[in-house]
Parts: sequence; C-alpha cells; structure tokens
Amino acid sequence: MSFTKTDLLGLKDLSKEEILFIIETAEKLKEINGRDVKKVPTLKGKTVVNLFFEPSTRTRTSFEIAGKRLSADTINFSASSSSTSKGETLIDTVKNIEAMHSDIFVVRHAFSGSVKFIAENTKANVVNAGDGTNEHPTQALLDLMTIKEHKGGFEGLNVAIMGDIEHSRVARSNLWGMSKLGINVRLFGPKTMLPEHFKHFNCKICSSMEEAVENADVIMMLRIQRERQSNLLLPSLREYSKFFGLNKRALSLAKKDAIIMHPGPINRGVELPSILADSKQSVILEQVENGVAIRMAVLYLLSLNKKEG
Amino acid sequence: MLLLKNCTVINFDKIEENVNILINNDKIEDITKEEIESATVIDCSGKYVVPGLIDMHVHFRDPGFEYKEDIESGSKAAVAGGVTTCLPMANTKPVNDNSSITRYMVEKAKEIGLIDLFPIAAVTKGMKGEELTEMGDILEAGAIAFSDDGLPVMNSEVMRRALEYASQFGSFIISHAEDKNLTGDGVINEGKISTITGLKGIPAESEEVMIARDILLAKLTKAHVHIAHVSTKGSVELIRWAKKMGINVTAEATPHHFTLTDEELLNYDTNYKMNPPLRTEEDKNAIIEGLKDGTIDIIATDHAPHHRVEKFVEFDNAAFGITGLQTLIPLTLNLVKSGQFDMKKFVYLTSYKPAEILNLKDRGYIAKGKKADITVIDDKIEYIFDEKVNKSKSDNTPFFKKKLIGAAIYTIKDGKIVYDFHQQ
Ligand SMILES: [Zn+2]
Repeated sequence: MSFTKTDLLGLKDLSKEEILFIIETAEKLKEINGRDVKKVPTLKGKTVVNLFFEPSTRTRTSFEIAGKRLSADTINFSASSSSTSKGETLIDTVKNIEAMHSDIFVVRHAFSGSVKFIAENTKANVVNAGDGTNEHPTQALLDLMTIKEHKGGFEGLNVAIMGDIEHSRVARSNLWGMSKLGINVRLFGPKTMLPEHFKHFNCKICSSMEEAVENADVIMMLRIQRERQSNLLLPSLREYSKFFGLNKRALSLAKKDAIIMHPGPINRGVELPSILADSKQSVILEQVENGVAIRMAVLYLLSLNKKEG
Repeated sequence: MLLLKNCTVINFDKIEENVNILINNDKIEDITKEEIESATVIDCSGKYVVPGLIDMHVHFRDPGFEYKEDIESGSKAAVAGGVTTCLPMANTKPVNDNSSITRYMVEKAKEIGLIDLFPIAAVTKGMKGEELTEMGDILEAGAIAFSDDGLPVMNSEVMRRALEYASQFGSFIISHAEDKNLTGDGVINEGKISTITGLKGIPAESEEVMIARDILLAKLTKAHVHIAHVSTKGSVELIRWAKKMGINVTAEATPHHFTLTDEELLNYDTNYKMNPPLRTEEDKNAIIEGLKDGTIDIIATDHAPHHRVEKFVEFDNAAFGITGLQTLIPLTLNLVKSGQFDMKKFVYLTSYKPAEILNLKDRGYIAKGKKADITVIDDKIEYIFDEKVNKSKSDNTPFFKKKLIGAAIYTIKDGKIVYDFHQQ
C-alpha cells in the first residue's frame, strides 16, 4: 500500500491498514539502530522542528534521535502553551518557523485539538507528539509494535489498560488503534479518572483490577501525573499504589506470558513496584527502543507527501 | 404616514389576512381591509407581518470592548435580524453596575435611533457575587432587570437577597445557571464527544444544580427568577416541575441550543464553542419540547460577538459565544417549517411573551394604538450570510458564509423603516 497522509494527528484518523503499514515500516528501519554507523541519508537536507509547547524530554529526544538517524536537521523549539491573548498567537509562531523553510513539525501542546489546528494552518507536515488529553499517536504505535513483537499479532488479544484513563492521551490513542486491530481492551482505574463516558469506545470498563487483568496478554499501566491533577482526583499516592497499582497477586491472574507495559517515566512504587518494573515480563525499555523506530517511520512516510497549495 | 399593504398579520393569538396597516408617527393608527392612500406604501403580499422581535439577552460589548461590537453595530445587527428591542447584558468594561453606565447605554442607543435598548444591569457590584447593586437607582436610569450573566451568583445567600430586593422594585433576576466548580476548566459538553476529542467536559449537572437552587430560592422569596439559555433536558424538567409547583419562574432558550448539538465539535471548530455548551440530540429535543409546551417561555439569542483573533486560537483558549441576532429568524423558522409549532407560536416566543415578561405593554402585539414596531418576514428568501449581510462587527458564528432561508426584509421601528434587506 502507499501512505498518503500529510500529517499524523492521531490513530482516530488512521485505517487498520495504515497503522499496520507504519509498524511494518518501523520494523524495517529498526535494523539501522543496531548498526555501528546508525545513519542513513533518507531525510538529508530536510528540516524537522520539534515544536514543544509543553515540556517532555523523553518524547522530544526520541524524535530528535529519529530525525538524526535519517540525516534530517533537527531543531528544538520550546515555548509555553499559556494564553495567546498577549502578543503572538500560536499560528503566528508556527508561521514564523514555517517561513524558515521547515519541512516537518513535531508538535507537543497542552490543549486537545491544537496540533490539528496547527496542521490546518501550515504547509509543513505535522506529527502530533501529544495534544492535551486527546492523542499521542507515536506512543500508541510503539506500544502496538512492541505487542506485535511479543505476541506475533493483534487479533483477539486481551489488553488491560489501567490508571488515569481520562487524562491520558496514550490511552485514547491506544483505544482507537486497538479497537481497529481487533484487540479486546479492558479499562480499570479510580472512578475519578475513568468516567462512564468511556463506554463509547469499543472497550470494557472493569470494576476491579482482577476483572481487568484476568487472562490478559498485555497489562499497560499509565503514568499518574500528579502535577496535572487536583487532589480531588486522588487522595494520595500511597492510597493509589495500594488500590490501583499493579501487584504480584493481580498479575498472577493474567496469562503466564503476559507482558507489562508503561509509557514512562514510571513512578516507582506507585503504578508498579520495582520488582515488576524490572522483571522479565516488563517490556518498558523495549518500548523506548521501538519509539525511535516508529518515529523514524513516521517522519519518513510523511516526508513523501507534500501538502497541496 | 406609512402604509403596509396586503399584510398577513400574525399575532400570538390570531392571524389576519389581506389587511392594511396604517402607521402615523410612531403608532399604529389603524388596521383595516379598506383601501387607504398614503405617501409611502410597502406591499407585504406573501410575507409575514409580525410584531418587532424582542431579544432580551444580547451582549453589545459597549462600553469597553467596542472592537467586538458597539451599540451602533449591535443596533444594526439587531434590526437586520428583525429585532427592535434589545436587552444587553452587564458584562461590559466597566461593568454596568451603576446608573451612570446604564444611562450611557440607553442614551447612546437613542442617539443611534434604530432600536429600544433596555440594559440588564449587574446583580452584584463588579459582578463579583458579593454586594448588591443600587437596583432602585439603576431601574430609574432605564434598566429592566438584573443579571451577572457570564458569571453565576455562586453564593446562595446573595442570590436570595437579590431576588428579594429586586422584586420590591417590580424587577427580577436573570440567572446564568452554572456551578463554576463543577464546570472547572471544561470547554464543551461532557459526554461522548468530550471523551472522543479529549476536550474537557462541562456536565449537564453544572447547569442543573444551579437551576434547582434558583427555583428553590424563587420559591422561598416568591420573587421572579428568569433562567437564561437553558441547554439541558434535566433543566427543562426542573423548570417544568417548578411551574407546576406555582413557582415564579420563566426561562429562555437560544436558537443555537435548539438547532445544533455537540456532535459538531468533533472538528474542534471554535465557532461552536459557547457557554452553556452545545449538548446532545436528546437535550436539543427536550428544549424544543419545552418551547412547545410552554416550559420555556421565550427565545433569546445570547448574541455574543468576539473578534476573529479570539476564535482563531487553540480551542481551550478560544472565547465562548456566537453571534445570534441575524440568525434568530432563519433558525426559528426551521422549527415552524418542520412543523414543531406555527407562526403564532413564533410570535409568542419572540415578541409577545418577552414583552409580557419585561412588562412592556406597548409592544409585542400588532393592534391599533400600539407602538409601530413591526417586522416583515420573508420565510422563503434564500441568501448567503456573508460580509454584506452581516451587520455585526464580528462574524463568530458557524452559520457565517452558509446558506440561510428566511429573513426580515423590512424592520420598522417607531414607524420608521430602519432596515430594508434589499437595500444593503
Ligand atoms: Zn449566560
């Protein structure tokens, strides 16, 4: 197949075939990362700008490495997402950087839908590196790639996603992607972070961790972002780890070969005890490794498609 | 002397066909089937002739935010929408919380001379929700009612005293029903669409808990409370209950809430961002039911102009609100055309009942001796709502550049033609 999208905004907009194609492309590119000289000239002469309106060292670094491995010139630009009422607007900023002949924008922003807003108003290709609580498509793609490596495919797998579902763009992207690939998704978390509305996604809302984990092939723990939440959502981290953190007893209900995933960075002892985070079942570092390959694939595929006008 | 010939006159209680309306100065001198000679004649064959529309919920941004709208552009948008009487809200800068600002607004509108403008003044000083304004003094200056619209009066004690105090002067309180804590930093209706888009939700209960409170306070004080921009099914049910209990409550709904749903927000288009937010199909239908059975008394636009740069930003940063004066007629006519109600009910909702609520006895009805505020509507005219048609300084509405059907083709205010659709 050929990939015709000019932007990657979310898994919501991708077909099953497009998702699989990106993963397959990443599988081919992954080999480069194991070479002694980790560089190919694919994007030579192209400028990739990491436009981060919200800090994230991990994602930014992963995109930066991905760009460099493909020989693109990668530039980092940080700004704050706060109100645009004073002075320059978001699109002013984007137009300015575009004027310096940037080819691809990798955008992280604190507000849902703002990366789409940018994509609609620039000639550059745009990759969503996380927008508000909406989507984080490359994270979901690397999760799916990691699942495929361990499970061989997707159809009929049981995946438990647990934690702060409501505020997680990782969860939303995975929900879109997994339902398209025939995965059975179960959700569990504190009720303050998992409202009833999630029934509108094709998934099961569980009332206990046991229910979510039973017979699972994959357990995906989400990061608790204390800094983003009021105390009303969560009385304390201690309470959270006791009732909503993964433990050995719950894990024993999953399939024997179940893998444990986490988008990182882990709050050790909160979402996962170290004994599980560092166990053989944990694939957290593989996720990080696959992240570079997925981002290489995305940058490469988008660079093939120019926007009209 | 102005003569409207071959009119189909629609009042809330009856329709008269093929009559002539003779206007002398600012009054209706006669309504007759006889042939009359007059200097100025408008042939109204095939059109609806209705009382000038009354919009008791608009934002004219004057003083303070004249770059969005001022009393002049607001007046022009009003008459282009067939509206001859407007009640602008108090969230200007400075806030309309004293008689000098009220007087300024009334006088400026008089100078422009297109509409009657009766301000809604603030309930509390600075709209801070703490101390009552000088309601008696403000009423003398030309205000009709009180509201901190845009902001709810969060303190129940303050709301109770406001109801008591305003009622003593024969006035009432308009409730912007919203529990700000429950709204949080929500930007659209909480539900399926907010879950899908990742946009923060505002639950229906944010509106409903405050409506419940305010109707109970109206029960306690026996004062009149008017609920602004009802948007949810639960709100309609609460108001229906209150009316059954004999509580002195009236309510309004906006055309956007009975026309659109939150499904429109899947695209993150900021022109659909408003407060209260667009709700679900079920809520929309409940509002139409409420209008039909009298639970919701009137239609008001909540005309809320914003400059383009305030909408051309990230969704979370975009201003809430859409303009409404010039889409009032076409959107309400859609309910007539779909058989939800007839033209008599249209008139009831847009002029007769607002006049009654506001105690404006000289308008809202076409009859001998009444004020000559008349709107002539062509329900079949098709046009694009573009820069030429739009008279507001702002164009923040999802209907801009779209095809609309139905418009005011003549608006007559105090016996003068203040708007002619074909002469713009
Ligand atoms: Zn309001």
